[in-house]
Amino acid sequence: MARKLQSILMGAAVAVGLAVPAVAQENELRIGYLAPLTGGLAQTGIDMRDGFLLYLEQHGNKLGGMNVKFILEDEQGKGDVAVTKAKKLVLQDKVHMLIGGVLASTGYALAPVSTELKTLYIPSIPAADDLTQRQLPQFPYLIRTSWSSSQPHHPLGQYACDQGYKKIVTIAADYAFGYEVVGGFQKTFEDCGGKIVQKIWPPLGTKDFGPYIPTIKADADAVLSLMVAAMPAQFIKQLRSAGYKKPVLGGGTSYDEFVLPFMGDETIGDVSALHYSAALDTPKNQEFVKAYRAKFGKVPSYYSENNYTTAQLIDETIKKLGGKFTTPEEFIKTMQAIKLDAVRGPISFDENRNPIQNIYIKKVEKKKMFGYDKDELWNTVIKTYPNVSQFWTYGREKFLAQPVYDKNFPPCKFCE
Amino acid sequence: MSTQNLKIAIVIVCLLALLVLVPMGNSFVVLLATRAMAFAILAMSLDILLGFTGLASLGQAAYFGVGAYLTAYLANYYGFGLKWDFWLMIPIGMAVGGALAALFGLFAIRATGTYFLMITLALGQCVWGLAYRWNSVTGGDNGITLKGGRPQFGIDLTNDINFFYLTFAFFAATLFALYVLIRSPFGKSLLGIRERELRMRILGYNVWLHKYIAFIIAGAFGGLSGVIWAHANGIVTPETVVLTTSVDALLMTVLGGAGTLVGGAIGSAIVFGLREYVSTLVPWWQYVLGGVYVLTILYLPSGLMGIPERVRQWRNSQKKRETTKMTTAPSSH
Repeated sequence: MARKLQSILMGAAVAVGLAVPAVAQENELRIGYLAPLTGGLAQTGIDMRDGFLLYLEQHGNKLGGMNVKFILEDEQGKGDVAVTKAKKLVLQDKVHMLIGGVLASTGYALAPVSTELKTLYIPSIPAADDLTQRQLPQFPYLIRTSWSSSQPHHPLGQYACDQGYKKIVTIAADYAFGYEVVGGFQKTFEDCGGKIVQKIWPPLGTKDFGPYIPTIKADADAVLSLMVAAMPAQFIKQLRSAGYKKPVLGGGTSYDEFVLPFMGDETIGDVSALHYSAALDTPKNQEFVKAYRAKFGKVPSYYSENNYTTAQLIDETIKKLGGKFTTPEEFIKTMQAIKLDAVRGPISFDENRNPIQNIYIKKVEKKKMFGYDKDELWNTVIKTYPNVSQFWTYGREKFLAQPVYDKNFPPCKFCE
Repeated sequence: MSTQNLKIAIVIVCLLALLVLVPMGNSFVVLLATRAMAFAILAMSLDILLGFTGLASLGQAAYFGVGAYLTAYLANYYGFGLKWDFWLMIPIGMAVGGALAALFGLFAIRATGTYFLMITLALGQCVWGLAYRWNSVTGGDNGITLKGGRPQFGIDLTNDINFFYLTFAFFAATLFALYVLIRSPFGKSLLGIRERELRMRILGYNVWLHKYIAFIIAGAFGGLSGVIWAHANGIVTPETVVLTTSVDALLMTVLGGAGTLVGGAIGSAIVFGLREYVSTLVPWWQYVLGGVYVLTILYLPSGLMGIPERVRQWRNSQKKRETTKMTTAPSSH
């Protein structure tokens, strides 16, 4: 019995001893990076990581003069795992900041952790509107370097209205991100005089759109789709083969560079909006696309660009802070004041710590780009809305007075 | 000392070791141990069905989820359960878990084997569907973040170590309660049902009622683990009630050893250890987890708790071989 006891205690002691505390180095910037590396979102997580690491590699693993210790954790696409890993990064590895997460739910899970542990959190992908809108006061240690869900879709609604579309049907994945994208589009489109006449909500992960496509109202001028993950390619293929001839507009993730390689020629001519396009014809972007493609063998998606730019923003911030990380408060204040000419275009921050940036209206075209010799699908920029804030033209106070976009807000006044 | 007493003594020593050693570890270890123990309550509740009644359920996450969502909802919208009323939240969570099980049991208990598995799976998915689509209550895909943090009532549970002690207390209490349950005449008749349902029926036992009550008890403890889980993570999402949570609980129980009660706890510790600790060390942690599952199923059908039995068997066969050697040796001369 005594022997048994001894071995049990030994085992437990070994298990506890395994967790060796990190030894802090002089002038070291410890970054805790959370991305899904296993599970359904793994490829997204890899794009994110690659974007960030590309910047680090190009700059000798230094940000603002500090040596970077990059600690990557697999958040598995689950909010509760992200919380555990975040706490591990802060409490055990003593990181200066947390970066990442993909899903809005992960963003909402990590933000309170940053508040609780008084640690800087940069959601470099999670786009949930309220992270930097109505709930911002709860998250004093958060600054976002990506976008808010409705930000690109306010201009898209305006654009659709300018094209002379009067009636539009929306078909979008049935979850918070879908509501915010459709909500933003509907708001500006209807304020301009258009009418959303029908809203269809297929569940997230739908692969067979057979039950939904025939219900699309025939008298509508166009369709707005918001699909994610494996849905976009399936949807557009099925829509077009069902004989639908009218224009199709898309929320950002319906046509981003992450899904475009898996899509066919039926997408040519479709229009979508986002704060980045890999086909953006600027020297900065061309350089980025070439470097990224040479290293990882694929065209960068906005997941890659957003994280590349996040690294660049940290670089600039640390430089301004004199090559050291002081406090999260000071870091945020400094970053918020930065104006950067990034890969995606000029970036500055609004008072709610969300980027003010160009929104690109993009059309899918098949062409050669940046000297690559094959015909490929690219998101050609056809219109740029410069320096768009998350509040569009409504103004901060007025915008925040309305509730967050939801399945029933704005209400569908013209649906029957 | 009888073997039974020895086993109890070992479990108690392990629990004490856990209680003493974990707080000495770093904060991540404390956090993981807390999560593993909260989930172990769910695995043990499932063991009542799987190991002691012979019912493999794939819907245990439903009660877990209901407990967790209710905790988060009441805390966020009514501020309930964040002070001393946390102690009310425990029986409420258990009652709601039990009530849901009482409802689901009406559909599920009539079936056995694969059909029982399918029905519980379907019912579990109903709860997941609600969590996912009923936006105004569950927050849909985003889930509910507990804004008020963990309860505080003299003891500050926002401190991870204090919360660890609390979770430990509930874990130990559950282990004790379920142990008493399976040692009771009621527990014995459950075992009888597992072994031979027909005979129990012929002996005059109301088999349906026994199963039904076991189902409700399992649901109640599932609700309890949900309440603790919600506070352990500070967020409840549809991920909490998704099918994989049920599968996880089932696999943990099988891994540790069904019908042993502590098996669920051991399985939980191993799965959380591999999934959340080893994943911080190596990127190929999934292979390790998969390998452990496969090896267990191949070589230890009775789970890790079956190891001592295996060792005994092996020793006995060794002894037998030695004695046969000794008896045959002189004749070879």
